[in-house]
Amino acid sequence: MAKLQPVPSNDSDIARHPAVAGHGRNPGMALDLDWVDGLKVNRSAVERRVATLPGRRTVKKDWQAAWLVKAIQCIDLTTLSGDDTWERVRRLCAKARQPVRRDLLDAMGLGDRKIQVGAVCVYHEMVPTAVEALAGSGIPVAAVSTGFPAGLSPLGLRIKEIEASVAAGAAEIDIVISRRHALVGDWRALHDEVRAFRAACGPAHLKTILATGDLGTLRNVARASAVCMMAGADFIKTSTGKETVNATLPVSLTMLRMIRDYRERTGQRIGFKPAGGISAAKDVLNYQFLMCEELGRPWLEPELFRIGASSLLGDIERQLEHHVTGRYSAAHRHPLA
Amino acid sequence: MNIAAILDSMDYGPAPESAGVAEAWLARHDQQFRLFIGGKWVKPSTGKSFATVNPASGKTLAQIALAGEGDVDAAVTAARKALPGWTRLGGHGRARVLYALARMVQRHARLLAVVETLDNGKPIRETRDIDLPLVARHFYHHAGWAQLRDAEFPGHRPLGVVGQIVPWNFPLLMLAWKVAPALAAGNTVVLKPAEDTSLSALLFAELAAEAGLPAGALNIVTGAGEVGETIVRHAGIDKIAFTGSTEVGRSIRAATAGSGKKLTLELGGKSPFIVFDDADLDAAVEGAVDSIWFNQGQVCCAGSRLLVHEGTAERLYVKLKTRMDTLRMGDPLDKCTDIGAVVSPRQRQRIESLVERGVAEGATLWRSETPPPGTGCYYPPTLLTGVSPAAEVAQVEIFGPVLAAMTFRTPEEAVTLANNSRYGLAACVWTENVNLALDVAPKLKAGTVWINCANQFDAACGFGGYRESGFGREGGREGMYEYLAPDLPAYAPPKPRALRLKAPPAAIDRTAKLHVGGKQARPDSGYSRLVPGGEVGEGNRKDIRNAVEAARKADAWTKATAHNRAQVLYYLAENLSARADEFVRRLCQVAGSSKAEAKREVETSLARLFTWGAWADKFDGQVHNPPLRGVALAMPEALGVIGAICPDDMPLLSFVSIWAPALAMGNRVVAVPSQRCPLPATDFYQVIDTSDVPPGALAIVTGERRGLAETLAAHGDVDAVWCLAGDAEAARRVEAASAADLKRSWVDHGRARDWRDPRQGEGTEFLRQATQVKNVWIPYGE
Repeated sequence: MAKLQPVPSNDSDIARHPAVAGHGRNPGMALDLDWVDGLKVNRSAVERRVATLPGRRTVKKDWQAAWLVKAIQCIDLTTLSGDDTWERVRRLCAKARQPVRRDLLDAMGLGDRKIQVGAVCVYHEMVPTAVEALAGSGIPVAAVSTGFPAGLSPLGLRIKEIEASVAAGAAEIDIVISRRHALVGDWRALHDEVRAFRAACGPAHLKTILATGDLGTLRNVARASAVCMMAGADFIKTSTGKETVNATLPVSLTMLRMIRDYRERTGQRIGFKPAGGISAAKDVLNYQFLMCEELGRPWLEPELFRIGASSLLGDIERQLEHHVTGRYSAAHRHPLA
Repeated sequence: MNIAAILDSMDYGPAPESAGVAEAWLARHDQQFRLFIGGKWVKPSTGKSFATVNPASGKTLAQIALAGEGDVDAAVTAARKALPGWTRLGGHGRARVLYALARMVQRHARLLAVVETLDNGKPIRETRDIDLPLVARHFYHHAGWAQLRDAEFPGHRPLGVVGQIVPWNFPLLMLAWKVAPALAAGNTVVLKPAEDTSLSALLFAELAAEAGLPAGALNIVTGAGEVGETIVRHAGIDKIAFTGSTEVGRSIRAATAGSGKKLTLELGGKSPFIVFDDADLDAAVEGAVDSIWFNQGQVCCAGSRLLVHEGTAERLYVKLKTRMDTLRMGDPLDKCTDIGAVVSPRQRQRIESLVERGVAEGATLWRSETPPPGTGCYYPPTLLTGVSPAAEVAQVEIFGPVLAAMTFRTPEEAVTLANNSRYGLAACVWTENVNLALDVAPKLKAGTVWINCANQFDAACGFGGYRESGFGREGGREGMYEYLAPDLPAYAPPKPRALRLKAPPAAIDRTAKLHVGGKQARPDSGYSRLVPGGEVGEGNRKDIRNAVEAARKADAWTKATAHNRAQVLYYLAENLSARADEFVRRLCQVAGSSKAEAKREVETSLARLFTWGAWADKFDGQVHNPPLRGVALAMPEALGVIGAICPDDMPLLSFVSIWAPALAMGNRVVAVPSQRCPLPATDFYQVIDTSDVPPGALAIVTGERRGLAETLAAHGDVDAVWCLAGDAEAARRVEAASAADLKRSWVDHGRARDWRDPRQGEGTEFLRQATQVKNVWIPYGE
């Protein structure tokens, strides 16, 4: 294995951003094609690991409640619909600030904790609205970008889109990669592209969406993960939520193992964001177990773990009320976003 | 701890499985168990009991009855009594009962799992997610075999009463592996659970009776080794099936020698876990968790020898150490426990001292940082690196969570190291290269090869060992045969006719030597033996040694294509046919056959060679579809070198009938022809020499049958001995001598067969005896 030198970073100001406190930016590194070419992923073994994990780890009672609250803190509360309006986004932001009913938090002894979601994720057009609605909360606004979800608009426009969102106050940029580069194995093109996006982000956090449902094989997922991290991604993210198949545990495990490899090579901690399809509390627990088992305790925090979801929060709220009252809850008992 | 504190620590917290229902069951029995005989709870004749202890807490769970000889007797009598009724039920009737048992296991799955965990100390995850589903699956699968038995196993009968002795590492699963096929085939059972873990068997028997298993079909006698010994020696038992240590297996082989009892042994292992440089290392690490850190490493097929490519070793070790630290050791009833308690303080002591010796012999020790619980019998996950193949920890079965690691340079070296063991139960191969995986798998001496997976089991895939890991298979079609016997008619060979020993001198003297390594060789002894029609060499130990050595070298025959082997067998027939008249004359002269009889014997011998030539390229094995995305290839493999002891009756036909199927399947054979009438066999040398049989593939050593048989059976480089000589004493000696290295034996216990009858003289039984099934599990998917 060649000794790998991190690429120097000019983004020293980024560390001051609230979302990344205590967590240095990923400067990226030169593309190491030997690493990419040598990657092995045994799909059956990956599936076996994730299939047995729910039987190996569980949390009960207070522990379950705490883990679910932690999951809320990691949610990127998202709205990415064609019919989004300013008011819709403001409602979402209000929910982001107060995701759980006050009485439930009090009952759990969390009244004095600032329990809010990890970020609010919107299209560029809604960034100013969200920034304004979240002012003073410390909740970052994430903007999906670069011709989301297909990523097929002209490269120049995609870079400009990032710059515009950052200028509008987005602290995190969720870019989509050009799947075609991954599908034909042009890793240099992918590295160059993400590198350019990273530069355009400036102080904003770069989350790279691999759109794993489009990549065909877990090996491609692993290779694309490695290339994006080498290009300076702060987070690698599974999906846009618009592919036929979005976040799955096997895909997630594959990406987590690449994060681990990258850390072994560079010392750098990269975050992970599964998105799409995680809508039940019991599902999110399995993702948390996977994070904790494969990467360790730091990856349970929003600095390194985000969950792209819209309906998950509602299910967690119902579970938390059940925990507090002992009675099964209903959706209408919890405020809408 | 409050929620706010947990939110900071993000601990898993306790997640205990309730023992309430299991404790209520123990209470219903007043924590006092009797024997289960004839469908009833019976007081032991000894009046004694012993404690069964939860190894995780050290607390006594219950008192278990200590069975005496009279109790074993009563159990055998009850089983014998139940046999006619169980037979009368028919295949479908038995299928209904086995189906009911499968459903019963599912209905009571959690209770059975909790009882098992309490008694054994293994994590509830394993009993709940692995053991119990496999138990249910085994009964379902064998309900199917019961239904199909008459159609799929024609000409076979059940054995009768079967004695089964199961170990403590998978108490209920091993019960299922034993009981389901025995009952499906139509046998009745006397089963002894391990003394440390009797409870699940007792619970199973109780529930099975409620589910409709007829009284006496399954009897449970509890106790320690002496009870097992009583079962092994009991004259009323027709078969012993044992899973446990190689040591005990050896003594069972010795004790049952000559008794006529059928025997299957599933014994120890030191299975290699081979990681090539192109493996998915994270997958391999999880495989190690499923292999050596499964059930605290107390698994006969645990991948306990890590063989890793030298250039990959350091990276793999780092990953293994990281993973070891995330294994949680503790209360087996906690749902987050990965490593439970080892079964007993005695076992822990053994692990400890072996690891100490490993370190003393130069290994570097790594232990997981998982803190062990304060009380109970625990041993942490352990990795020993830099182990040399000569070290004790690389050779002996530790039966604990200890992985002994060493490196290799090339695939060939990996195979050599993997096979450098007296055992041969299982092997794991980790590589993303399908060419490498499928090249290596057949070269490994192991009953099961898992490619890119570990410890996968399925009722349809036979499981069992090579070498000192035992013989016989459990599961699948091959497992059913272990509980059936071919229903052969009784046959008494005619009394040998009085013959002049010396024949009139030939025009030119012909002296029959031995046939070793493809050429005729003078006997080491320098003596000749007077036989009807002339003299033959008096073969001795050294001749056997030479023949085996030549046979060992002749592995080209085993590697030859099936088509090639078929051609040679047909060619043998062709050349025998050319000399048919000569053999007819010889049989008339030395066996006292009439001309018509002799002609028929030669003709039948020709036909037999055709039969085995025909089979050579047709005994293909199976592709199983176990419940995963992938296949398990059941490959019948040649055993290697087979010693074949032939009878006096029909000295040409029986001789041909015995070695030909062995050769057809790719074995090399050292044949001991008829002691009384060896000249037809020595005449056969010239047929062999003209038929392209490679040197060493078929050796013939004449002489005193019993002594030569015993030498072959005791020879460490002979893989199996067939003794079909109609000689009970020879059979006994073969079984007794084979105990030394637990080689496979196939003996007739003195019951002769009529070699002219195709049902007795040929048939697939010969093919099964000439092969062992290797199951290669190949999960796939990109």
